Amino acid sequence: MMEHEKRGKTSTIDFIKEITRQHGGETITFCYQCGTCASSCPVAKTTDRYNPREIIRLALLGIRDEVLFGDAIWLCSSCYNCQERCPQKVEIADVIYALRNIAIREGNVPNLYAQFAAGLISEGRIVPMSKFLEKKRADYGLPPLKPAGVEQLRKILAATGFDKIQFRKGETV
Amino acid sequence: MISYALFLGCTIPARQPHYEISARKALTKLGIELVDLESMTCCAPPPIQSIDLETSLAVAAYNICLAEEADLNIVTLCTGCFESLAMANTLLKENQQLKAKVNKILAEAGKEFRGSKEVRHYLQVLTNDIGLEKLKDSITRPLNNLKVASFSGCHLLRPSSLLRFDDPERPRIFDTLIEALGARSIWYKNKLRCCGGLLRGYADDVALAIARDKIVNTTNAGADCIATLCPFCFLTLDLGQMLMKSTYKEEYNMPVIHYAELLSLSLGIDPKELALNFHKVKIDKVLEKIG
Repeated sequence: MMEHEKRGKTSTIDFIKEITRQHGGETITFCYQCGTCASSCPVAKTTDRYNPREIIRLALLGIRDEVLFGDAIWLCSSCYNCQERCPQKVEIADVIYALRNIAIREGNVPNLYAQFAAGLISEGRIVPMSKFLEKKRADYGLPPLKPAGVEQLRKILAATGFDKIQFRKGETV
Repeated sequence: MISYALFLGCTIPARQPHYEISARKALTKLGIELVDLESMTCCAPPPIQSIDLETSLAVAAYNICLAEEADLNIVTLCTGCFESLAMANTLLKENQQLKAKVNKILAEAGKEFRGSKEVRHYLQVLTNDIGLEKLKDSITRPLNNLKVASFSGCHLLRPSSLLRFDDPERPRIFDTLIEALGARSIWYKNKLRCCGGLLRGYADDVALAIARDKIVNTTNAGADCIATLCPFCFLTLDLGQMLMKSTYKEEYNMPVIHYAELLSLSLGIDPKELALNFHKVKIDKVLEKIG
């Protein structure tokens, strides 16, 4: 049996459907590979590890593993410059989010993201409160910080399945 | 008096009291009442959107629901919070299908997004509620033609189709507000380009190289300081200069100052009240120039 048949998900059309069904991924098929995104990208100007045009091409060719398990999709700085300028109105930054969402469900979770998720679930915040500053607020003339609505937030995270995502640490970074 | 629910987010209260203090003092002095609501959470910014976009929308909507219940519009300081909340607010107001889907999730937490409130960045409050004329009249310590390199950060402007803040390629609002304080907003190369901040922690080398570009370009343009709105841009450019020193053996000493701090100083608020010691790159040169 061929490798892709075993995995059962790597046909080109299946991968494109998987992306366009994902919130944020709907516009990927409009891409005509002009490269306006790459030439507008601050990251692509700095490193050859990232090129948004190339990611979209690979995705449209159905090269699922390279897209989802490679390093590139994590190098978008979410600045939206590409999306502003795309002549085909591909929502490129949102497509990258959609690809990250799929990759995470497949278990490709960079450490950093696992930490953010843990913070959100436990504290309702992704930057832990500095105990020092919490105590010093009054000295600075700041009002006490209101507690985060962790209980209600957890109900939301349970409803979307966010709290069930397996944040397997240390596999890709 | 105009009242807003103040959305502080995670980073500002936990790491940057100088931002929170200056914003509270300046806005209050200009006649805006800031209300701290119970039970707000993280706004669900890009790192959470990267994990799950639908969860992020629901979390942002939950926070907007709290403001709806209090019958207040939201004002944010952090541009990241502005982006998350304003995007969700626009999307859910304009897409009934998405709204129904998110409301099903919110119902689990006893909430319903109605779409009755606005999410504003504090620059919009300055421009629209207070107005440039009143702002200029309130300045008691004009900034003495200080050469300011404005850097709004990406998420004040983009995605413009949802944020609708200013022209994404030729923005004017932030520069106009800098000049209202008696400073000069100067041009520099790649002014609207990202600082690379969101890559910190994943690809530190790439993030630092992008940040370096911003420091080099503002230095070459002869800026006295960079003015920021986003706590991540601030961290990337201010702490970043310490990292540039150790990584590239380069020393720039370019002060990075939140606009709210410049605003407070120009309104005559005593620098001693502003926790200015939270700057890694010292801003004494700027204070001297203002006089």
